[in-house]
This record gives sequence, structure tokens and C-alpha cells, in this order.
Amino acid sequence: MSRRIVLAHGGGGRLTRELVRSLFLPPLANPQLAALADAAVLPWPGGQLAFTTDAFVVDPPLFPGGDLGYLSVCGTVNDLAMVGARPVALSWALILEEGLEEELLTTFVSGAQRACREAEVPLVAGDTKVVPRGKGDRCFITTAGVGVVEGGELGDGRVRPGDAILVSGPVGEHGATVLAARHGLAGDLRSDVAPLWRQVAALLASGVELHALHDPTRGGVATVCYEVAERTGLRVELEEEAIPVRPAVQAVMEVLGLDPLYVACEGRFLAFVAPGDAERAVAVLRGLPEAGEARPIGTVQPRRTDQAPVVLRTAFGTWRPLDLLSGAELPRIC
Amino acid sequence: MRSFQDPELVHALARRIAALAERLPRGVTFMEVCGTHTHAIAAAGLRRLLPSQIRLISGPGCPVCVTPLGYVDRAVALAREPHTIVATFGDLVRVPASAATLEQARAEGCQVRVVYSPRDAVELAATHPESRVVFLGVGFETTAPTVAAAILEAEERRLANFFVLSGHKVMPPALEALLGDASLALDGLILPGHVSAISGARAYRPLLARHPIPAVISGFTPVDVLRTVAELVQQVVEGRAELSNLYSRVVREAGNPTAWALVERTFLPVAARWRGLGEIPGSGLTLAPAFAARDAEQFPVALPTPHEPPGCRCGDVLRGLVDPPDCPLFAGVCTPDRAVGACMVSLEGACAAWYRHERAGGV
Amino acid sequence: MRLVTKEGWRGVAELSGVEREVSLLLLPEAEVGEYVLVHAGYAIARVDQEEAEETLQLLRDALATEGA
Repeated sequence: MSRRIVLAHGGGGRLTRELVRSLFLPPLANPQLAALADAAVLPWPGGQLAFTTDAFVVDPPLFPGGDLGYLSVCGTVNDLAMVGARPVALSWALILEEGLEEELLTTFVSGAQRACREAEVPLVAGDTKVVPRGKGDRCFITTAGVGVVEGGELGDGRVRPGDAILVSGPVGEHGATVLAARHGLAGDLRSDVAPLWRQVAALLASGVELHALHDPTRGGVATVCYEVAERTGLRVELEEEAIPVRPAVQAVMEVLGLDPLYVACEGRFLAFVAPGDAERAVAVLRGLPEAGEARPIGTVQPRRTDQAPVVLRTAFGTWRPLDLLSGAELPRIC
Repeated sequence: MRSFQDPELVHALARRIAALAERLPRGVTFMEVCGTHTHAIAAAGLRRLLPSQIRLISGPGCPVCVTPLGYVDRAVALAREPHTIVATFGDLVRVPASAATLEQARAEGCQVRVVYSPRDAVELAATHPESRVVFLGVGFETTAPTVAAAILEAEERRLANFFVLSGHKVMPPALEALLGDASLALDGLILPGHVSAISGARAYRPLLARHPIPAVISGFTPVDVLRTVAELVQQVVEGRAELSNLYSRVVREAGNPTAWALVERTFLPVAARWRGLGEIPGSGLTLAPAFAARDAEQFPVALPTPHEPPGCRCGDVLRGLVDPPDCPLFAGVCTPDRAVGACMVSLEGACAAWYRHERAGGV
Repeated sequence: MRLVTKEGWRGVAELSGVEREVSLLLLPEAEVGEYVLVHAGYAIARVDQEEAEETLQLLRDALATEGA
């Protein structure tokens, strides 16, 4: 039987990674792609250019705190911000399913407009295709974004043992909000989706020694930390008690049997900072209203070969390894 | 209920267990038989709070892990039938069967829907009157009443297109089989809290009278689990073998009689195959004659010859004979992404829990 | 989860402000305000809060004696 793509290939876990490494990287290899960063950094006369692309599908397309259009612009500028780049211009390609209500499309456009205004970036090119009914899920959005790197070199190559790991706010809110909507749960839930450039710019301007930035989107905080640990050969140690999770998010996770460390944020980032600068970086972030709950959640440590790449210190003082997600996170029965 | 997670209490309990364990004449093995216990123990890292004389093992408590290959084969075959929607709890979609998983069948174009409740499957039947909706009824005493309730709802709403493929199982006969197996040498049983909420403490009394062993009905928080372990150690030290209900805030002597009556009305006990344990009399639930029209077994489908993966020791893991790393396939050929055995698929499976949480010895 | 409304066998249960619909078909005796265990969309058992508090108190007392 020939192998087929299954949903888990898009889950952000091990299968996604396998697909990238075995199918895409070998034939398309080049240094920028091989870095597997949120955005590629390209040499350019007079500086460095950041370039990224992203595709957006979300069910439901409208959720508390945002919509598919707003999400698509935020996701793209955030990929640029994670390499220290100020967004310069975006493109937007829409695949619409026959029968899509125009009102919904208008909402996505308004969402994109609002995000562009907040992120101070123009949407300068676009394309539209319509596919027959049943061949798409209402609307798929693909974006590209270019930015100018303002932050000097950022990347996992600069992460060192001893680095502090900060999170810019409570985690799991986007994932919990979308999952709650999908499963008929109601509550005080709101996606954290937001453009992050302002917070990143404030960190860059403050002069703190930043080593790497990552937004924990698909696969959440645990997955991002796993990828950093793997790329650096170092070990990430997180403190369960330090990681901010709002009670409503925790409740959704408990009801659905999921772990908040594996669900997506769309407006938070992790900063890997030189140990001496952690306190100052937290203070800089907390000076901004959107990052008032920023805090340190762990550190980077050397790793012996027999050790897990990412571990969580539980409230009980025990250590628990955090592995990559296997397939899509599935609800449990018992 | 946060107090049941109180780190101070957890550490005080761990100290009590360590002190008690010094009085143990030898190492002891306690078995839990509930996927939620497997998951809870691994996620809180509780094994690391226990002295080395105490070994906690996972028995046949993960519903999808004990579901025989033939059941999943039939589910896949049903999914390949025209105008059929197979509705299932999420854990089952990646369970390897003889030919394909449900996830692969879905990728081939079959209709496989993951639901959180059997009621969602009834709703699917209502919104897709042109299709047969087959719900995969897998699970123990906790889940069987919810499926019974869904069947009654379908009856009331006259939804003739709602069917159930029953793979339900009940725990006491399986426990009886385990306790009768001399090779296991168990020193105590951690009994499943949610199953017991339905069946009641009384469900275990006859079998424990025949096979006396320290047994504790346990909740799932770290405080619950450690209290249970402390009680089991105490019983061993004092030479007692009693049934103790330490989850009395949820589990009553008679369980939930309403739910159980519904199960008895909808299902009949039958002999059933358990992966790893073989056929156990009276351990399965099939649809009662009054509901035969809802039974998805009535649809003739061609089934592949059941093909157990060679080398897989799921069966020995489920009986607690070996720990997951003792299986030659563990973490090499068999990982959560390319699971060979069912124990590696569900988060509740002993192998998956071990792989995710216990594997890296040097944490 | 705490049961917040009940109309026949339909109920709504709440945890930290997050609400979900639950069926009370298997637990018709559940009353609004009580804590219930929910499984696959059905309330299946009452969670006795007094019993829970008592359990914790007894445990704390016993452990305090041991520690002393």
C-alpha cells in the first residue's frame, strides 16, 4: 500500500518534522532552508533581509479574539519578528471555496486590515482562486512577508548553557479558545493572537543580550523547546509552577484531556536571554501592557547524551521529560 | 480540589511510604489497571518519589490497548463500506491493525470522525440520514453506560441509521484472570476509580474473596495515588489483604445503579478476547437481543487474517510480565508515531506513557 | 465540574468558568450546585465535597502526627 499523508503530518510533532527532513530538505537544500528558522535571513546590500511564508487554516474561522484574516497577518509578522526583523511588506493569497459567504470574507479582510495597522505593515500583493464546493474548507490563506533585520544576529546557534528562558505571557490561549469553540465549551476564553514586533523591538532597543526568539505556535511551548534543545544539543529545563496558564485555559485542557504546554499560542514568544540580563528583559516586557505577565520559566543547561532534551520540574519536585507530540493530540477515553 | 495536588502533602506521603517500605521483607509489585492511572502516575513523575522496593506496573487498563486486532480490522472494513461513517474516540484512529489503521483509511477517503461523546455520534446519524453511522464502542464500565444511553437516545429519536460495534469490556473477570496467573506474583492492586464509580466497590468483593490480595480503589491525583500506595504497603507489612476504598468521595459501595441498570438492559455479558490475555469468559459486552438491529456486526465485511506484529510484547506488557523497555521493539522500531503495538498508541498505553515520561533515565 | 443548570436530563456543568453541556441521563439525582464527574459528555457520579474535605483533613492530621 502506498503511503499517504495523514492529518498528523500537519500536527507539528514528529511526523511533521519527518516530512520536512526526509521529503523537503534533501532535494531543496540550501543554508537558509536548512536553518529551519521561522524566517530565512538573506544577505542584502546594506543589511539583512528576512523572508517568510505561512499557510493558515483554522476551524472555526471566527473565534473570540480574532479571525482567520487577523491570524494570517499576525502569524506572518511574528515569524519575521522571531528573527529580529521589522516587517516591511506582506502578500496574501486566498483559496476560496465556492459558496463562501461574502460576509465572512469581509470579516477576514477587516481582520487583516486591523492587524496590518497594529503591526504597521502594508499588504502589497495578493491573489485569489476559487475552488469548487467540497474542494476546500471555506477559505485557506497563504502569506509571504519580508522584513529588515534590526536585531543583529538571533538564532539557536547563539543559545548558551545558562541562558534564561522567558515567556511573554500566559500560554495556550489560542489553542484552548479554538478547541473550546470546536467542542462546544463556553467560558472566559480569548485567543492571544497579536502582532509581536512591538515587544521584540522594545527588547532589541533595550540592549539586553538576546540569543534567540521563538513563537510557540503549532505544538506549543514544549515543541519549541524540544526543537531548540535538539538543534543546540543542549537541554531545556522548565519549571511547571512558573509557566503561566490561565484557569479557564487549564479547565479546557482538563475537560479535553490535553496538556497546555502542547497547544498553540499566536501572540506569545519565548526569549532566550543571557543569564545576567533576564531580570532586565522581564522588566522591559512588563513595561508594555500586552506583556505585563512576562516571566522567566526555565533555563538552558548542558546535556549529557543519556538525558532528555527537555524536562519539566513538576510541582512535586520530580522531573518529567517533555517529548515531541506524536500525531495530533488526541482525546483520551478512560 | 487543588489540595489533592498539594506538594507538601505529596512529600509527606512520600516520606510515610519510605518509612513503611523499610519494614517490607522484600520488593513488592503493585499493578494499576486504568489508563488514567498510567497517565497520571507518569505525568506527575510519581515513580521517582517511591523507594526502589516498590514497583508500579500497568495492567490491562487502557481500553484501546486490550482491544483485539480483529475488532480494529472490522472497524476499518466497515469504514471502507459505501455510505458509512465510522465515529470513534480519538485514541482508536492510530491503532495498528492487520492491514491499515483508521487514520490511513481516512486518508484513503473513508469517513472516520473523531468524537468526544457517543452523543456526538447520534447527532451525526441525525444530520446524515443517508449514511450508516457506526460508533466504535470501546471502553470499560465507565464508557459502556454512555454508549447504552446513546443507543436509547437513537431509539427515542427513531434514528435507524445509528449502529454500535461493541468492543466493551468489564474489569472483574480480567482481574480474576490476572490473579489466577501464578507467573505474575502481584502484591497489590490499584483499582480504577472511574470504573468503580459505575460498578461500585461491591463488584470486586467476590473475586477478592476467591483471590485475597491487598486492593485499593484509588482516585487520580498525586495525593490519591500516593495514599493508595501507602495503604497497599501497610497491608503487605501487616500481612492483611483487604479491599479499601480510598476514593470514597466518588465511589460508593453500590456504584451508580442507574448507569449499571442501563448497561444491563442494553448489553449482555459474553466471552471476549483481550489483547495479551486471550479469551476471558464473561468479560465482554455485546448488544442485547432487543437492540440487535443496532449491532454493526450484522454487516458482512471481508476481514483480513489477523496478523499480530512479530516481536511485539504488548501482551506481556499488559500482564505486567515485562516493563515496556524489555520489548525488543520499544523505542526503536515501535514509537508513538510508528506504533507497532497498541500499547504505544494511546497516551494511556503503558508503552506510550513510558516512552514519553519515563524513558530518559537521566532526567 | 459543578452542575450549574438542570432541565430534565440536560445539564450544564462548569469548571473555572468554562461551561459544557452534560447529559444527566446516568445521574438523574444530581442537583444544581453539586460537583459531578463527567465522562464522554455524561455526568456519571457525584463528587462529595464534604467527604473530600474530611479525607484531606484526616490525612493532614495523620501526617502531622507522624512528622512530629
